[in-house]
Amino acid sequence: MLDIRDISKTFNPGTVNEKTALRNVSLTLENGQFTTVIGGNGAGKSTLLNAVAGTWLVDEGSISIGGVDVTNLPEHKRAQFIGRVFQDPMMGTAATMQIEENLALAQRRGKTRTLRSGITSAERDEYKELLKILDLGLEERLTAKVGLLSCGQRQALTLLMATLKKPKLLLLDEHTAALDPKTAAKVLATTQRIVERDHLTTLMITHNMRDAITYGDRLIMMHEGNIAVDVSGEAKKKLTVEDLLQLFEKASGQQLANDRMLLG
Amino acid sequence: MNSFLNALPGAISQGLIWGVMAIGLYITYRILEVSDLTVDGSFCTGGAVGVMLILNGYNVWLSLLAAIIVGMLTGLVTGILHTACGIPAILSGILTQLGLWSVNLAIMGMKANQSINVNKYQLLVSLRYLQDVSKGNRPFFQHPIFVVGLITIAVIAILYWFFGTELGCSLRATGSNPSMARAQGINTNLNIVLGLMIANGLVALSGALLAQYQSFADINMGRGAIVIGLAAVIIGDVVFSRIFRNFALKLLSVSLGSIIYYVVIQAVVSLSGINSNYLKLISAMIVAIFLSVPYWKGKYFHKHHHVKGGARHA
Repeated sequence: MLDIRDISKTFNPGTVNEKTALRNVSLTLENGQFTTVIGGNGAGKSTLLNAVAGTWLVDEGSISIGGVDVTNLPEHKRAQFIGRVFQDPMMGTAATMQIEENLALAQRRGKTRTLRSGITSAERDEYKELLKILDLGLEERLTAKVGLLSCGQRQALTLLMATLKKPKLLLLDEHTAALDPKTAAKVLATTQRIVERDHLTTLMITHNMRDAITYGDRLIMMHEGNIAVDVSGEAKKKLTVEDLLQLFEKASGQQLANDRMLLG
Repeated sequence: MNSFLNALPGAISQGLIWGVMAIGLYITYRILEVSDLTVDGSFCTGGAVGVMLILNGYNVWLSLLAAIIVGMLTGLVTGILHTACGIPAILSGILTQLGLWSVNLAIMGMKANQSINVNKYQLLVSLRYLQDVSKGNRPFFQHPIFVVGLITIAVIAILYWFFGTELGCSLRATGSNPSMARAQGINTNLNIVLGLMIANGLVALSGALLAQYQSFADINMGRGAIVIGLAAVIIGDVVFSRIFRNFALKLLSVSLGSIIYYVVIQAVVSLSGINSNYLKLISAMIVAIFLSVPYWKGKYFHKHHHVKGGARHA
């Protein structure tokens, strides 16, 4: 479903701030595969996701989604294939618009926006049903402005918006990192439920090793702009935190010294 | 006091006319969150186009339509400078505005002003008609307050419809959260250009109406327009935001804000006898104060309410 071939990205080339964030990364995701991505700060996790989403264009290599080459497509055109949830809960929704208006915007992802009505009454009923899956009582607040919701509610809504029109690829960029543990667990459980229901090809970044092991059927660990560890199938099911640390040491030749990842 | 009351209908008429411009500014400033300085130039462009077409014997309605179209083109220029050329929005507007100075002079036949003889041409709005109606020489429906009032209602109705459509909603999303908009497949650059076009179309319409009303177009007629527009938006917000929640009513409050602005200015002039030369200074001060209030409030009254990583949107 997703085919990344030899992509590289260097930020601020030719300056003192030059930083190569991705080095010849290749990754192929099978249809319906739920992959978790883990790695320390600056390992290139978010850069990888942004490269796929089209936040900027890559320097080298190619990216295709569902057989379509998107390497040179701008962000808003790639959006027809991609559902996205950001780390910052403020980023995925329009605060000054109503819950139902946000959902209606997501419903039209990938379609030409015409002078037809921005939201129909049939849609409203549909959204009411769909919001129930979040179990946050938002189905009773369709016309409330999203700015009035809590971070957890906004993130759950963003998740629903990202999957409202079934995406070929779902990108989750540490989408529970800014939430309190209880809310984070709830949003993760909802994520799992939706991904399984719709068989979504998913790439989920997390800083939490345990979550990376618990969720999904494949795990990749990034290090210095490349993929250092790639575990899937039966091996992934049996994986423990200790295994993961050993695999990382073997692949990178160094000890993993990242408190945030170990303690998380 | 008497002179103030006599001048009141004129002040309300002017307020309504400038209100159309302020509604345009509301679209860029509040909905798109772009500060568009094209306004000071495109306002005069509208007046110039309107007057020149009437002088050349064209229908009044046609002159207004032409003003809207040319106004939209000025917005297109600013939009392209901003989105396709990467120039900051404020600077793009200033560049267009400066260029328009020459364009406006050219439209007016290289003259700094062009006047229309009210007796010779059939106009839609005119200060003369206002006087005629109060003397009983004309029917009430030719009163500028009535005519511009209807135009304002029509503009609000069209905008209310438009911002409820798929395209209109995507425009609102573009202003509210560009990264979300792009993630939902919205071409934010295209929408910014479109918004600037709609806004400047309205600004030019307002300029054309004012030129008719005062029976001349002048190269300086748009100077400070952005401040008047902002004043109208802010006054409307302060006075009506608690009672007007609906989008159409919010647009109406902008128009009412413009009327309040002109009535207050008129009161200051009539009652205090201040030299009208100081009006621009007073306007600038009023707007500066109103713009600072929310900042001060945020700084001194919400000290311990800090939201990590998204304070701007919170």
